[in-house]
Amino acid sequence: MSEALEEGGSMKGGLNLKATELRLGLPGCESPEREGVFKSGAKRGFSDAIDGNWNAGSEVGLGKDATLFSPRAVAVANSLTLTATDCTNQPSALGASVLKETLPHSPKPLHDKKPLISAPAAKTQVVGWPPIRSFRKNSMASQPTQKNDSDAEAKSGCLYVKVSMEGAPYLRKVDLNSFGTYKDLSLALEKMFSCFTIGQCGSYGVSSRENLSESRLMDLLHGSEYVLTYEDKDGDWMLVGDVPWEMFTESCKRLRIMKSSEAIGLAPRAMEKCKSRN
Amino acid sequence: MAYTFSFPEEVLEHVFSFIESEKDRSAISLVCKSWYEIERWCRRRVFVGNCYAVSPVMVIKRFPELRSIALKGKPHFADFNLVPEGWGGYVCPWIAAMACALPCLEEIRLKRMVITDESLELVAKSFKNFKVLVLTSCEGFTTDGLAAIAANCRNLKELDLQESEVEDLSGHWLSHFPDSYTSLVSLNISCLGNEVSLSALERLLGRCPNLQTLRLNRAVPLDRLPNLLSRCPQLVELGTGVYSTELRPEVFSNLEAAFSGCKQLKSLSGFWDVLPSYLPAVYPICSRLTSLNLSYATIQTYDLIKLISQCRNLLRLWVLDYIEDAGLYALAASCKDLRELRVFPSDPFGLDPNVALTEQGLVSVSEGCPKLQSVLYFCRQMSNAALYTIARNRPNLTRFRLCIIEPRTPDYITREPLDSGFGAIVEHCKDLQRLSLSGLLTDRVFEYIGTYGKKLEMLSVAFAGESDLGLHHVLSGCDNLRKLEIRDCPFGDKALLANAAKLETMRSLWMSSCSVSYGACKLLGQKMPRLNVEVIDERGPPDSRPISCPVEKLYIYRSIAGPRLDMPGFVWTMEDDSSLRLESSR
Repeated sequence: MSEALEEGGSMKGGLNLKATELRLGLPGCESPEREGVFKSGAKRGFSDAIDGNWNAGSEVGLGKDATLFSPRAVAVANSLTLTATDCTNQPSALGASVLKETLPHSPKPLHDKKPLISAPAAKTQVVGWPPIRSFRKNSMASQPTQKNDSDAEAKSGCLYVKVSMEGAPYLRKVDLNSFGTYKDLSLALEKMFSCFTIGQCGSYGVSSRENLSESRLMDLLHGSEYVLTYEDKDGDWMLVGDVPWEMFTESCKRLRIMKSSEAIGLAPRAMEKCKSRN
Repeated sequence: MAYTFSFPEEVLEHVFSFIESEKDRSAISLVCKSWYEIERWCRRRVFVGNCYAVSPVMVIKRFPELRSIALKGKPHFADFNLVPEGWGGYVCPWIAAMACALPCLEEIRLKRMVITDESLELVAKSFKNFKVLVLTSCEGFTTDGLAAIAANCRNLKELDLQESEVEDLSGHWLSHFPDSYTSLVSLNISCLGNEVSLSALERLLGRCPNLQTLRLNRAVPLDRLPNLLSRCPQLVELGTGVYSTELRPEVFSNLEAAFSGCKQLKSLSGFWDVLPSYLPAVYPICSRLTSLNLSYATIQTYDLIKLISQCRNLLRLWVLDYIEDAGLYALAASCKDLRELRVFPSDPFGLDPNVALTEQGLVSVSEGCPKLQSVLYFCRQMSNAALYTIARNRPNLTRFRLCIIEPRTPDYITREPLDSGFGAIVEHCKDLQRLSLSGLLTDRVFEYIGTYGKKLEMLSVAFAGESDLGLHHVLSGCDNLRKLEIRDCPFGDKALLANAAKLETMRSLWMSSCSVSYGACKLLGQKMPRLNVEVIDERGPPDSRPISCPVEKLYIYRSIAGPRLDMPGFVWTMEDDSSLRLESSR
């Protein structure tokens, strides 16, 4: 292995990479090996923002804590110099040590705390892996599987729905099958659209099967600035949380985070539908 | 010595009209100024691989007589949800510009772009001779937009919505094709969710004698299929709807008769929710089939083997891994002309294998199918030995995409990385154009790729490599590299900066969940004015983090149009020096 690298090194000497070298700082400064910055495979989809143990994603954006970086790395950031010769370093110097420190051997350990949904045998999912198009994933998710094995692997597919928010310039997509409860979904969306609080989602959100009374609905809506709504298969906009989770995932076409004032208009229809269901 | 060569322009133009390939056309335009001029006036067809590489105005100005345009928008990894919603790829400015300046435009082909109903309406009204609309993996429109196309495009030949996300408001859009409309040649609505008006469809099919391709959506019931087919027996390509219904003998015999009645039928797809008892209805036509897409068909090995072994002339097979090694062995025995095989996973997220499909299946096909050129294979185990065998059997491979489902899976026999196996592939398959890697891979595999992958144009890498050396091998070695997409690899700044010039020779580079720092992105952006360096980061402005902090996602592409102006809040373009100077002089 090392032979190949040395050979590579001499090849690179011949290419005179110094000439093409781009540098960030004053010549003569050496760049330290970056520590703890690499997070290969660790950044997952929105649903994983819930996990407290993955801290680099949301925190770094929000605060100056920069818990991700060692003080040393921050201090020398300004004098970071990148030289082409560093490319010839033995991987053990750079890659492997970073690899050992930060790279889990498989994506699974980071997700041990995450509640799994329908089947314990279902694998926790890395975003976009395996590389299968959404169209195919959604098609397969709603087909009966041919082999009925004992471990119930019913909904192991992905179910991406779009989430839009009042006032936000862009949409998101979330995989409903990666959540088990309304609370999970709610938390994930909070992180995604980080500057608001979604009120408790409907009666099922508080895990009680009491009917949604009008006054209770008003309470919900007045309690927070935004509420989470969804468009169901009939094309109606409903408040999230009115039905059992499984029924919700089956009928939800897309989500929308609405201002409470707007959502009040939904209430009568939501009430109607609830009543006709119950 | 100089001699003037007078040749009437018309003659040159006539000669040029026989030259269709984009590359050749470009070469012609570089010969001399007069050839450039003549060529640009008679260029009818343009392909823009990245809609942000050039502006619509530039294209239209150079080629004022365009009839056909193809555009691609989002990076390939958008197919796998790695590109956040709203990133871009809006076709609206293109349509608006062309609506004014190219009234004779006939064909628009888009891939991974966002198109609205307004744009579709503009297309419908602006181009009197509009003929072809192909929207592959596009989004942003509804069936209302389709209604506008149907209602206004009298000469429409092709409407293909392959795998697009269409907001399906109602199936009535199809009824907007007027009774006088008869020119349909190809219709692909397989991605639509709702039922289309079947009676309208039947009438449409009945009055379009040139129809060759019909891809229905899942909502079309099986018992209506014979009726539809009887209206268009000249069909060459068919995508069925749902392939099951109550088991009734007359439905079966009608179906069988309808299939047999289509004497030109060569390609089949669809097959959602297959009821195996209905499969024999296609047996009579199997020997004519050249293309079979069973990738949504959840049927077992046994039924698959019975079907496939009758398709002696098959060139292309897409199938689920229910086919298993046994089925692939049968495929290799029966289909000696096979050019392309794609095996998709039936349960990609399950922990344990649910089917008996291993590397052996692919090895069998590589042995039995001498013309095999293109492979996409999802499996759960692989060995270097198998890859050597495949490479030696099939040096004529041009596309090899292997996805071992669990990231970083080693050779299951030796527990070693799969470097040498993939190395054998690039070494033996000298014409390899496209390669996707998976499994446990060190920097060595990239050394092989850089050394041997001289014809490689597109490389996809995930969870591989150990250091910047890996990336450096690829960027410095692959002379024909156009598209490189990387995710979750420990590649950082060094290789990227050392090979900055290479990036201008490529269409694009995507890197996500790697170790490229914001500082390096800024530097690249500053020093390379003809590259757009886009940082995609949903954590907020990169300025709010240390400059050494790695960016979430990076998309670099060459462009003569400068930075784009339609970026959402989570995309930052790294400014080049000229704009920075402007800033500081204020």
